[in-house]
Amino acid sequence: MKLIPASDSSLLVVFGDTIAPDTQQRIFGLFYALQQRNVRIRNLHPGYVSLLIDFDPLAMSHAELVELIQAETGRRAAATRENSAVIEIPVCYDAELGPDLADVATHTKLPVDEVVRLHSCATYDVCFLGFTAGFAYLGGMPPALATPRLATPRRAVAAGSVGIAGVQTGIYPTETPGGWRLIGRTPLRMFDPRRQPPTLFSPGDRARFLPISRKEFERLREERA
Amino acid sequence: MSVRVLKPGLSTTVQDSGRFGYAHLGISPCGAADALSMRIANLLLGNREDAPVLEMTLLGTALEFLSTAEIVLSGADCDCRLGTDLIPTYTPTTIKAGAVLQCGNITNGARTYLAIRGGIEVPLVMSSASTDLRGGFGGHEGRRLKAGDVLRFGASAISRPRLLRRNALADLRRGEPIRVTQGAQSDWFAPEQYQKLLASSFRVSEQSDRAGLRLTGESAISLREQKQLLTDGIPLGAIQIPQDGQPIILFVDQQTTGGYPKIANVIAADMHRVGQLRPRDEVRFAEVSIPEAVEALRVQERWLQTAWQE
Repeated sequence: MKLIPASDSSLLVVFGDTIAPDTQQRIFGLFYALQQRNVRIRNLHPGYVSLLIDFDPLAMSHAELVELIQAETGRRAAATRENSAVIEIPVCYDAELGPDLADVATHTKLPVDEVVRLHSCATYDVCFLGFTAGFAYLGGMPPALATPRLATPRRAVAAGSVGIAGVQTGIYPTETPGGWRLIGRTPLRMFDPRRQPPTLFSPGDRARFLPISRKEFERLREERA
Repeated sequence: MSVRVLKPGLSTTVQDSGRFGYAHLGISPCGAADALSMRIANLLLGNREDAPVLEMTLLGTALEFLSTAEIVLSGADCDCRLGTDLIPTYTPTTIKAGAVLQCGNITNGARTYLAIRGGIEVPLVMSSASTDLRGGFGGHEGRRLKAGDVLRFGASAISRPRLLRRNALADLRRGEPIRVTQGAQSDWFAPEQYQKLLASSFRVSEQSDRAGLRLTGESAISLREQKQLLTDGIPLGAIQIPQDGQPIILFVDQQTTGGYPKIANVIAADMHRVGQLRPRDEVRFAEVSIPEAVEALRVQERWLQTAWQE
């Protein structure tokens, strides 16, 4: 574990240099421990191999925070993974809602049905959220599906779009520009600022995709509205 | 108690001290770009220091007051008039019901704050009144103000209005280099590359906003070796170096995570000065240690306590 002062008001805790399940469990362990314990912390940003902690430097020093972290990491050996439920995300994988589905099939040399089957049979880890409000970086996609991002990002990607970028997969919670390859769309509202919590995913959650028909997609979307 | 927007200005939003505790869900802090000016404006009026205010950028708004209000302008200079009378900054001013306040060009900085005694009233989203422009929530309907918007303000403040000491504002650093501490990946840069950041003069590019200020320098800053950073958290004011070697200061509306190495970080005490940088402004940086940075913040807070007339 490396402790790097990233600014006068933050500390970066680096747990490793490659993405690995036990590294992630250590990040989630410290993240949940600090979230529950300390009011002097302003923000926590989990990443692939690190946790950034923002704090008020007039209320706490870097040295005090380091002591707190050492106490927490010594105490928490148990992982949170077993307790986290699997969140099911219905996705309509169709050529209109997933305009890059055919390109992903071509790139991976797999039939479209097999792309959908592989994408929806895996259980994913919510590694962290970033980029935009509620955008979850999901780990655990079958490597056979890996496809590079678009050379030129789209100006607008519809909310709920499910995309692939390299070995990562994720869901666009709101309409934004984006360069991920879109293979489908969920009717669920991944981010709603008025809901508590505002996002469906939190770091450390697990998720699965459930293929649904276009009809079911429209029905669920109407239900939501 | 309300005001109507006649002309919105270039980019006017409702802001407070920001939205904290949600970065792990990808939610940016937002909040006033020059929080110090926002706090001074509120304290002058007897408001809570983080009461919601209007942040006007480069060109101000025209407002019709539907009720009598006490206001303060702070931050950058603004050609703000009531009829033909110029309204001075940092001075509580009464605006009668029916009057129109015309805020025009903003100079000597990028942002002028307009605070109203009682505070602007908008629904809190995740405990904050700040507008999140990228997320489209918070503030007034999650967006910049437009003509016809009506904003409500509160009826009461927490204490009496007060005045700044003469020359109190002269204590604030202006025009000096922006102070930075080393960033999380400073060691990814060879010493001579890191020195480029401190020795060069940069220009703020036109493609700058509340999420990031893009800087242009004479020569690109390059990494020691080409390697990929695994996406990690971004502290407020981080200076990242993307592939083209030109620095970006990540600011209040920033993404919470990113994949470019961060060479340095603006100190908390100078964050308000970043909020006042305009496109084409010249920027220089100077390095300080973390204890020096924290001491500068302590000095600033002490100044804010003692800047007032008895």
